[in-house]
Amino acid sequence: MNLTRQAFLRLTGIAFLTGAARKLVAAVTGPRWAMAVDAAKCATQPNCTRCIAACHQAHNVPAIPDPRHEIHWIAKEPFARTFAAEEDQYSPVRALPAMVLCNHCENPPCVRVCPVQATFKREDGIVAMDWHRCIGCRYCMAACPYGARSFNWEDPRPYIHNPNPEFPTRTKGVVEKCTFCAERIGTGRPPACVEACPQKALVFGNLADPQSPLRALLASRRHVRRKPELGTQPNVFYFL
Amino acid sequence: MRDRGIIWMGLALFLVFLTLPAWHNLSARVSAKGPQPVPPAGQKQCVAPVEYMRTSHMRLLLDWRDSVVRRGAQDYTSPDGRHFAMSLTNTCLRECHSAKADFCDRCHNYEAVAVPCWDCHMDSKTLLGSVK
Repeated sequence: MNLTRQAFLRLTGIAFLTGAARKLVAAVTGPRWAMAVDAAKCATQPNCTRCIAACHQAHNVPAIPDPRHEIHWIAKEPFARTFAAEEDQYSPVRALPAMVLCNHCENPPCVRVCPVQATFKREDGIVAMDWHRCIGCRYCMAACPYGARSFNWEDPRPYIHNPNPEFPTRTKGVVEKCTFCAERIGTGRPPACVEACPQKALVFGNLADPQSPLRALLASRRHVRRKPELGTQPNVFYFL
Repeated sequence: MRDRGIIWMGLALFLVFLTLPAWHNLSARVSAKGPQPVPPAGQKQCVAPVEYMRTSHMRLLLDWRDSVVRRGAQDYTSPDGRHFAMSLTNTCLRECHSAKADFCDRCHNYEAVAVPCWDCHMDSKTLLGSVK
């Protein structure tokens, strides 16, 4: 093969530049997924857990009765616990429920600490998990300031009562969490919890699109994020 | 000549020892038959030529896994131009290889390969059986 050193270096350089340009274009033009939780709307149905049921059914999340082994992707917590800094004893938000899930942070501490890159940030902003790679070290659980992650202390299969064959289960010894329904939004459907909410209290959308309903809501209503002082830049917003 | 009995007995023992593998195979019912996996009825062509699938299906599945999980791509174009959703349970098992026990398991058991796929991915048996 007649390839001079100069031509080889030139081709290598072009290949690198093309790769970088494609990544840049994808980052600029691609979506940035985020969610908003309307706590006031959610509070109108105090006993509703439809989003939790839909999520946990869609993703084969086991219903383990032992609270030490409990697994959750999305949960209902009182505002007083999720926004400890925001509330005082006179505040009306004390009674509000808040759906808590993975915040899909802009700057996710779990991704930084994972020694095997089993959890990683996708170009569309989703903090995804590769359960094939997880070694169960639980560094990510220690790093996550929101408690969004759960560990499979035992085989989850006996606790999955209504399995969804389209989604795998997990196995003993891996960490799991909300994936923003990456498998659903890949086919153009909204996340399972958003679809299930009768009050439309969960709004999912594209932050990169200025015309998206989510951006309009965020522009017009006062909102907070959990523990913003940590600099993780959560992508789940709460309307008080 | 007094040692004749001992010599014959020793020779007989030696013969038994020499043919021991054959006796062992006979008692364990080992045959020269292969695993004989049952291909799905009514299907002519897998997602790639059968020779490639036979030798490299594991590599193809690992590629599918990396594409879906790490790159978020879900569509696979086969060498003959057909499109498939990359999914072990939803494509491989549901569309063709529903009888996993007669296909996947036969070869894997024959070769004593323990694959961890089914610890998480479901087949029709886990759906009906172990998952309560």
